[in-house]
Amino acid sequence: MNESILLSVSGLKVKFNSHLILDDLSFDVKRDSTLAILGPNGAGKTVLFRAMLGLIPFEGKIAWAPDVKVGYVPQKLFVGKDIPLTVSEFLEIKEKDRSKVLGVLKEVGLGDSSLQEIHRGARLLKTKLGVLSGGELQRVLIAFALLGGPNVLLFDEPTSGVDISAEETVYALISKLKKEKDLTIIFISHELEVVYRFADSVLCLNKQKVCFGPPREAIDKKSLEALYGEEVHFYKHHNHEHYHENGH
Amino acid sequence: MDTNLLFLIFVGALVGASSGYLGSFMVLKRMSLVGDALSHVALPGMAIAITLAINPMLGALIALTLAVIGIWYLGEKSEIYPEALVGVFFTASLAIGILVTPEPELLEALFGNLESIGTMDGLITIAGAIVIFWATRLISKKLLLGVISEDLATSTGVNMPQVNLIYLLLVGLAVALGVKFVGTLLMGALVIVPAVSAKNLAKSISNFQFLASILGVLSIFFGILIAKWLGISSGPPVVLVSIAFFGLSYLLKK
Repeated sequence: MNESILLSVSGLKVKFNSHLILDDLSFDVKRDSTLAILGPNGAGKTVLFRAMLGLIPFEGKIAWAPDVKVGYVPQKLFVGKDIPLTVSEFLEIKEKDRSKVLGVLKEVGLGDSSLQEIHRGARLLKTKLGVLSGGELQRVLIAFALLGGPNVLLFDEPTSGVDISAEETVYALISKLKKEKDLTIIFISHELEVVYRFADSVLCLNKQKVCFGPPREAIDKKSLEALYGEEVHFYKHHNHEHYHENGH
Repeated sequence: MDTNLLFLIFVGALVGASSGYLGSFMVLKRMSLVGDALSHVALPGMAIAITLAINPMLGALIALTLAVIGIWYLGEKSEIYPEALVGVFFTASLAIGILVTPEPELLEALFGNLESIGTMDGLITIAGAIVIFWATRLISKKLLLGVISEDLATSTGVNMPQVNLIYLLLVGLAVALGVKFVGTLLMGALVIVPAVSAKNLAKSISNFQFLASILGVLSIFFGILIAKWLGISSGPPVVLVSIAFFGLSYLLKK
């Protein structure tokens, strides 16, 4: 494998029973890049992640560079409000050293160095995972992923439960982390806006590869139609590109 | 208090603590009914052991181990939803157990009998409880992560099928240790009820596990005293005491 290639996927096929979820998918991910995986609901984005993590059986080849250490941020957790697992207990599953746990919490913006924030961080550590807000839970999940000292972060965007402003700051956080650490980031998104702002390449996915490359080159009217159907209107103005789906 | 009663309370406390501790994970994994039904499997094992004149606890342990491997295999390798099969398989083993258990021993096998607990049983229980606490501590973080998200656990390199098997084998061991105290029909309650009560009160996982163990110990302690005092089978009072704690925990939660 080429030194600059971190992940090479070729001829990937995933089937559930006889249902084809991913069909003949091939792409490479460069080191230190930020790749967005864009596609509608049911396009197989999360399934692709699960295959990349070796969680489900697949045909074809998924080859990671030998030095890869993956941190995975799942879309959501099924932790009921009644489960008495606190944030600190959750993070201590991965790291016993309390100072490292606090350090990571600081990195994800939960527990700044200001006095007020230290209190907030301390209170948060004793909070049950099930009662966190969507944005807080996501930061805790990112903290969990960072505790292993990964060089690749797989981030699955939640489809609900996180409001727009929280989502915004999560991506700002991810790009901040990328600058501070030596990280390659692969994230799943269904927001075109987010893809344009934070990714340097994009994989459009709808069971198979629809487009691949730098977002401004790869995403065009044709690929959007293949992703979202004929009704999508795609127009450019003032250097911003927008799309919307009719009837949704 | 005579030494025999002290011995029973000490051994019983170990049974209560280990069942409560393991039960805390059972409740988190939403496998409560599996824990309950599993205890029924002990009966045919005890019956065969009695017929062969070996320690019934050992017979129970062998039967439980086989059943646990069966459930684990179905859960991991097949598409079949295990809960329904567990219901069918375990009630069948209860029915068979009732048929093959010699009549004089049937009542004590079903509901427990303090008189039948000897020094050998005590030694087996001490050894078993040590194994349970030691092994469960070793796998507890992996188990916990698996409860929250199997994907997250597997992606961090945890071998979930292996962890699940070890856990279920430990539950089988705990049930085998408790059958003489509580009986095969009610032993499942000692795994589940203290843990459910503890969950009502717990503020953290470590707090939850500690409370579940303590409530298990207290249920056995008061249950044994009541059974001795009234001269009855030990299973029903032990379980009723644990249910009383559940009621109390429910009120305190509100």
